[in-house]
Amino acid sequence: MKILATLYILFISISFSFLKQETSLEESIQRGQEIYADFCITCHLEKGEGIPSTFPPLAKSDYLLNNRTVSIKVIKYGQQEEITVNGQTYNNMMPALGLEDEEIADVMNYILNSWENTSNKMVTPEEVSSAIE
Amino acid sequence: MKKSALYFYLFVVIHHLSFSQATENKINTPSTNIYSPMLFVDELQIPWGFTFLPDGSMLITEKKGELILFKDNKKQKIGNLPDVYVRGQGGLLDIELHPNFKENGWIYLSFSSSKGKNKGGHTAILRAQLKDTSLVQKEVLYKAYPNTTKGQHFGSRIVFDKDNYLYFSIGERGARDVNPQDIKRDGGKIYRLHDDGRIPLDNPFVGIDSAKTAIYSYGHRNPQGLILHTITGEIWSHEHGPKGGDEINIIKKGANYGWPLITYGVNYSGTLITDKTKMKGMEEPLHYWIPSIAPSGMAFVTSDKYPEWKGNILVGSLKFQYLERLVLKDNKVVYREKILADLGRVRAVKQGPDGFIYVAVEGKGIYKLIPNTKN
Repeated sequence: MKILATLYILFISISFSFLKQETSLEESIQRGQEIYADFCITCHLEKGEGIPSTFPPLAKSDYLLNNRTVSIKVIKYGQQEEITVNGQTYNNMMPALGLEDEEIADVMNYILNSWENTSNKMVTPEEVSSAIE
Repeated sequence: MKKSALYFYLFVVIHHLSFSQATENKINTPSTNIYSPMLFVDELQIPWGFTFLPDGSMLITEKKGELILFKDNKKQKIGNLPDVYVRGQGGLLDIELHPNFKENGWIYLSFSSSKGKNKGGHTAILRAQLKDTSLVQKEVLYKAYPNTTKGQHFGSRIVFDKDNYLYFSIGERGARDVNPQDIKRDGGKIYRLHDDGRIPLDNPFVGIDSAKTAIYSYGHRNPQGLILHTITGEIWSHEHGPKGGDEINIIKKGANYGWPLITYGVNYSGTLITDKTKMKGMEEPLHYWIPSIAPSGMAFVTSDKYPEWKGNILVGSLKFQYLERLVLKDNKVVYREKILADLGRVRAVKQGPDGFIYVAVEGKGIYKLIPNTKN
């Protein structure tokens, strides 16, 4: 009986923490969507499709999905070197956007979970602040 | 299959209907270029604006907050700049000299500033003088309020007219339903001041209770081209539309240019903003672009160095990475041409005092357009 009760409490608390994580991820994605509409959409476009050979896509982008920390740094510090995204090279400059760490985490969560992109690990402001150039 | 054919048909029909200026919206690519770009200032990131000092040197703004003096082929950083709020499209923006610079030494700068009590920033206009490699005598002539953390639409270009009035543009700061149509709010406007910052008493909204009396015209989205038409003396402007609907306008005192009540553009998502392109009491553009080219920088060609282009307008395209040449007849665009194709994101274009055209390109530098030698 005691064991059952303990298990029950454990189960409840674990599922609550999952729920909490889920709602905070969803909230972060929602805030990230607003940031995206403000700062990113003019170049990377509505569906993250980008503009061929000018602005790389974010949707199903191997560069983004395989280089999480580098992508955080690109948003944080900007970047100016040739990169290859889905087999195509891009050589444009992206300026630093002046976003706060929390905003960068939010927009990362949005682009990592939109247009068929998925990520099972939430980006946190702490992760952003520890990503140093 | 049938369905997609129907959609395609509808698309074509709607497309045709929406193009009341179909020929002008076709861009031509010349088979041979009579002028070539020569890299004049190298290694710049976002050369947002530039101007020429009487000794032939150049002052260049970098959006990230640097002012560069380019003299004798060397770059020097200018010190004692104002505090620049670098976020999104904001930063150190345009630069212009007073028409009597030789006598009074005034330099005018536009930039985004966080001055004020609200979090965020808004566009400011400052004048200062250059002493050695520092700014001195700094005076903020205008600061738009309230600040916002939105990342877009700061404007801003600066130009003087023939009577030394100072004009500048400020974009609507991402608040299209709040700012552009309200003359009691900053943003989505073109402003006019005396060269020392005083508000001219004949500005259109002087005397209207709580109006921002520096406003000269309103209903703009994000104008990043502002020039003096040296023949007519008019102020010409272009502005970014949303998706489609970039415009060229001749700026008239007190006029309403309609954003967001009339536009040829749609939302980035493709949904409708309005179905209207005209409305009583609102100005219609001299020209509009569909699709948007994302215009930045504008110049009127008057020099003898480019006889074929005399009287034409040059406009930079951020989106399609070329310089556009527009031929006008009776204030109508009759021909469009792509020059400097694929050169990069063209941010600014000016005719220098030497008569040559200079073009600032992001991630590259400033190019000088020189005639190709004839064989």
